[in-house]
Amino acid sequence: MALTTHEIEAPDTLANTQAGIEKADTSSDILGEKLILNMGPSHPATHGVLRLVLEMDGEIITKATPDIGYLHRGDEKIAENMHYNQFVPYTDRLDYLAPLANNVAYALAVEKLMGWELPARGQAIRVICCEMSRISSHLLGIGCLAMDCGAMTVFLYTFTEREKIYNLCELLTGARFTTSYTRVGGQTRDLPDAFIPLLRKFLSEIPGVIDEVDSLISRNRIFVDRTKDVGTITKEQALTYGLSGPNLRGSGVDHDLRKKHPYLGYQNYEFDVPIGSVGDSYDRYLVRMEEMRQSVRILHQVLDNLPGGPINIDDAKNFAPPKPTVLTKMEELIHHFIIHTEGPDVPPGEIYFGAENPKGELGFYINSRGGGTPHRLKIRAPSFVNLSILPELLPGYMMSDVVAILGSLDFVMGECDR
Amino acid sequence: MDFIHSIPWFLIFASLAKTIFIIFLVVLPMVSYTVYAERRVSALIQDRVGPNRTGFPLTLLGFKKDFSPFLGGLGQPVADAVKFLLKEDFTPGHVNKPYFWLAPALAMMPALITLAAIPFGSVLDLDFLLIPLGHLFGAEWGHGPVKMIISDMNVGLLFMFAISSVSVYGIVLAGWSSNSKYPFLGGIRSTSQMISYELCMGLSAVPVLLVASSSGLSSIVNYQVAHGWLLLPFTDGSLTLREILLWIPIAIAFVTFTISMFAETNRLPFDLPESETELVAGYHTEYSSMKFALFFLGEYTAMIAGSALIVVLFFGGWHLPFIPDGSRGGFWGAIFGFVNITAFFAKVAMLLVVFIWVRWTLPRFRYDQLMKLGWLYLFEIALANIFLTAGILAFT
Repeated sequence: MALTTHEIEAPDTLANTQAGIEKADTSSDILGEKLILNMGPSHPATHGVLRLVLEMDGEIITKATPDIGYLHRGDEKIAENMHYNQFVPYTDRLDYLAPLANNVAYALAVEKLMGWELPARGQAIRVICCEMSRISSHLLGIGCLAMDCGAMTVFLYTFTEREKIYNLCELLTGARFTTSYTRVGGQTRDLPDAFIPLLRKFLSEIPGVIDEVDSLISRNRIFVDRTKDVGTITKEQALTYGLSGPNLRGSGVDHDLRKKHPYLGYQNYEFDVPIGSVGDSYDRYLVRMEEMRQSVRILHQVLDNLPGGPINIDDAKNFAPPKPTVLTKMEELIHHFIIHTEGPDVPPGEIYFGAENPKGELGFYINSRGGGTPHRLKIRAPSFVNLSILPELLPGYMMSDVVAILGSLDFVMGECDR
Repeated sequence: MDFIHSIPWFLIFASLAKTIFIIFLVVLPMVSYTVYAERRVSALIQDRVGPNRTGFPLTLLGFKKDFSPFLGGLGQPVADAVKFLLKEDFTPGHVNKPYFWLAPALAMMPALITLAAIPFGSVLDLDFLLIPLGHLFGAEWGHGPVKMIISDMNVGLLFMFAISSVSVYGIVLAGWSSNSKYPFLGGIRSTSQMISYELCMGLSAVPVLLVASSSGLSSIVNYQVAHGWLLLPFTDGSLTLREILLWIPIAIAFVTFTISMFAETNRLPFDLPESETELVAGYHTEYSSMKFALFFLGEYTAMIAGSALIVVLFFGGWHLPFIPDGSRGGFWGAIFGFVNITAFFAKVAMLLVVFIWVRWTLPRFRYDQLMKLGWLYLFEIALANIFLTAGILAFT
């Protein structure tokens, strides 16, 4: 008897009881009663508001039904009612563990529609944003996986480091969490003077912390036993379910959009794409660990070759002029007014742009009929797609494995529910 | 009149004094300060600060500054206790009330009762105070040295195992009576875990019994005073071949016993019954206020009782090398008696820190891995260890 979302939300008690009676009658096994366990939406291991309805035989899962949507805000519909630039703050709240990367991905999508390419410095700054977000998001993902397996201390070690990234975000954007840093065609501000030394200091510290986490759990027998051969996703499964990001690479598929479809000049940086061999939770953990090291490598290269020059696109009609000139010059004031009331003049057409975000491929499909607002905006959220494998993945594992699998899939419900 | 004189008043008062001393003056404060230590040590491990400034919130009453007479947040346990007492003691409607109320008591009491068999000091002779004091009232109060153990049974170890196995009922009943799925799963896990590991624990203590040829805890300590601590056999100043050979099975027994003790007290890496990231809070999910606090304190009391047992079995109990026991009498005898008690609790405190240290370092086992470890490894090792010990004892 398939349990649909509708039945979970509005259970037909009578019908269920009847079905239960019939099932009990037909079942020859007198001890065949199964436990339905409701995991979430408020549960320590479901990282937000994922709800899993688990059917269990003892401690073994026989069926898992994810129930999502508790954080649905209708972001895609909201986007249809506002200018392109006004939607940037909403992208902060998709994958709220890597808001900068979302801002960049969204801006890149709209810029693709505009046919724009940022000046070199602007691109380099966006690479810094993306890789900082990747480190931040993976730190949390690994910390949560470790905490779900019981190693609380690792979580706090990684959290301390994230705090430093938040300090950098605050320096860069003025906000620690809801950054809203990019605009269509550029950034709100250039790198502050203090930013680069602080980032360099952070980059010199973070490998030590990654190594410390490595030494704490990577070879810890209990942790390895908890994650190895748990939640194994084969290559075929991963491709069938359309997984992306570390979860796909953990299964051994060498697919990284930064390499396959380079954007922001990623082709100019040297970095490796780690892939797993088995596709279990442990592989996904190792892939994330290595990706953080590679991000550090990229960041070093960006800082070493940071170009000068403008950071924003040079298009007075579609990109807001700097504030001081708005208050002193007539033409800039007019541009300012037009851009902030009507939005950038985006040509009609439709595009899809996917960026390699920490959680996977964050894609924006934009259907424009011209003007300042999108006709339709669809977000391809990696967490949503990654979670779709749960009903196939979970059965057969134990209750304790669920938390290890959920931790290793590293999802964010803000993005999944949109 | 003869009847009243025939009652051993001194023994009754001495036992009462010992009980009150160990339970109310030592163990219960130790429990609350273990909680405090847990928070401070975990903070130390995790690069945090932890509770360090608890005092009286006088600013609430209009004063300029808060008053904090305790150093480094030492008032935290008091504040915790007050908080627990003042919280609403909520009993959910769907629970099985009698068992629901019984369970916290069953979690706390066995751990306290087991302390009765623990020799927490050598002997204490307060005659040099009591005799002059008695003369003031015209009575004869001196009775010689008193053993620092509440009940000196010759089956002390068995008593401890028997009583501590009752504590599984606290968890099982809590899980079952809550009528809720997470506590239920926690209760089930706890039953099988505690029953399995009790076996390992009993078996791994057997080598100690063989060596000391007694199951009375005070005679085990006395053996160690005479022949050196079992785990550190050189503490009596000499090292024989027999002691060196016996060290091997004793060390194995120590490891298996300590691991089983972790499992028995439901501490990480064996805290499956309440694994907070899987079962929310396990068997005490539905509890609040002081009933929850009893589970909480019960866990720490069990930790203290377990550490005390490890100290007695492997670390020479109250004995410190070159410090005599308190049997010589007089003022210095009493001092040495107190030194022995302090030494015992200092050793216990050190083991408690190990408990805390392990908790904040290791991840958690999975249920089947735990059973595998218990039945496939620890049980066999402990069993083989008994034969090893017996062999060494027979041929040396």
